[in-house]
Formats: sequence, structure tokens, C-alpha cells
Amino acid sequence: MAETKRTAAQKLEFKRELEAVIPHLRAFARGLCGRPDVADDLVQEALLKAWAAQERFEPGTSMRAWTFVILRNAYLTDMRRNRFRGEYDESVAERILTAPASQEEPIHLSDLHRALLTLPPERREALLLVGAGGFSYEEAANICGCAIGTIKSRVGRARVALTSMMEEGSIPQRSLDDAGAHPAILQELESVANKSEEIAES
Amino acid sequence: MGSDKPQSGDKTVPKPDWTDGLKDLYDTVVEEPLPDSFKDLLAKLDNPSSDGNS
Repeated sequence: MAETKRTAAQKLEFKRELEAVIPHLRAFARGLCGRPDVADDLVQEALLKAWAAQERFEPGTSMRAWTFVILRNAYLTDMRRNRFRGEYDESVAERILTAPASQEEPIHLSDLHRALLTLPPERREALLLVGAGGFSYEEAANICGCAIGTIKSRVGRARVALTSMMEEGSIPQRSLDDAGAHPAILQELESVANKSEEIAES
Repeated sequence: MGSDKPQSGDKTVPKPDWTDGLKDLYDTVVEEPLPDSFKDLLAKLDNPSSDGNS
């Protein structure tokens, strides 16, 4: 569709909306890549990209969904460049793990986060979008550039995997260092990223 | 209210304990105050000329 020059008022409105979704972008990014500092870098990158591409944003549509696509693509691109390889930070993990966990809580969020990080990226993002971000399957499918059925199946598999990890307490210690996991993950990413790049980066 | 999402086909899994935790993880970050670096970045968007604008 044609890109139209934005008026000053539209730019202001765009910026206001952009600002409003930052907390959500941070939460999504944190879920995707685990490390808070890396996640925030990713969000900043996404914000700059969104700002640069603002003429492609259709006013009235979901800013959150639109920026999630951009964030996701930035993440996938960085992943392919190995930026997140071995990024699972043990010191951070330790800090989280030794943080006082309230005993009444049946679930330790740190365990959950760690378990989440062990999921293949496609399933992790699907679960984050639907289970944490509150997107519908349809919205999540649009964000990921795939069919609704695909999202449903990813969410389903992610749920099964998380449930069994949480119930059995079988959460791998260092997910991203698992030598066997990398080639598979990267391969998976390759295909995901190829498809999605056309969508948001055009 | 945040009742859980679509539950169309799940028959075996009513709602595992961790589903609320997943939302909590997300919401915890959403509720964090924004680091200054983001305010700086937003301020820069207004004045692209001030930093050389690539």
C-alpha cells in the first residue's frame, strides 16, 4: 500500500502509541531471550525500526501487534547472527533462582522462566503471545506470519512441554548451551525468519 | 478478568498451575518502571537532527 507522509499530529500520536507499548515489548523480549539487558537492547532496536517505518503503520490498527512483528524479526535476525548463542546467563539465572521465592506459591517464576527458555523459539513465542500477552490465536498467527492452526499446535506443544517440565521438575540447567539444541534451533529459525522477513521489513 | 485463553481442543489439560505464572512473568515486566535509556531514546526520536541522523 502507498506510504503516506504523516502530519506532525499523526507523528505525535504515533509516538504516543509507541511509547505506550514499550512495557509490552520489554515483556515479550524478556520472554524471548531471557536476559533483561539483551532484551532491552532488542526493544530499542525495534523501536528505532518502528519509528523509521511509521508510515507503514495503519492508524487504528494494533500498535502492539505491529511492533511485536518488528521486535520478533529483529530477534530472529540477531539469533541468526548468533547474538544470543550461549547468552543464557548463569549469574542472572542464579540470582533469579536464589531470590526468595514465596513458599506459598505453587510455581516458582524463575523455574517457569527457565523452562520457557528451553522451548524451541517458535513454540516459546507462540506461548508468550497467547498465554502471556493475551493475543488471540489469530493475532498471534498474524504476528508470526503463519496459519492459525500452526500457532495452535505450537502453543499446544509448548504447554505440554512446560507442564511436564514443571510437574516433573525436569528443567534443564543450561538450555541454550546444549550443544545438540543449537543446530536444530537455528535451522528452525532459518525457515521462520525467511518467511517473516518479507512481512515486516518489506 | 484474565481467565485463560482459548481452550478449544485441550481435553487432558484443564489449566496447569503455571499458566498464571506465565502471565505474572509478563506482567511483572510490563509493570516495571521504564529505564531511562528508553526515555532518552524517545527524546531522540523527536530531534533526529540532534544526533547526526545517520
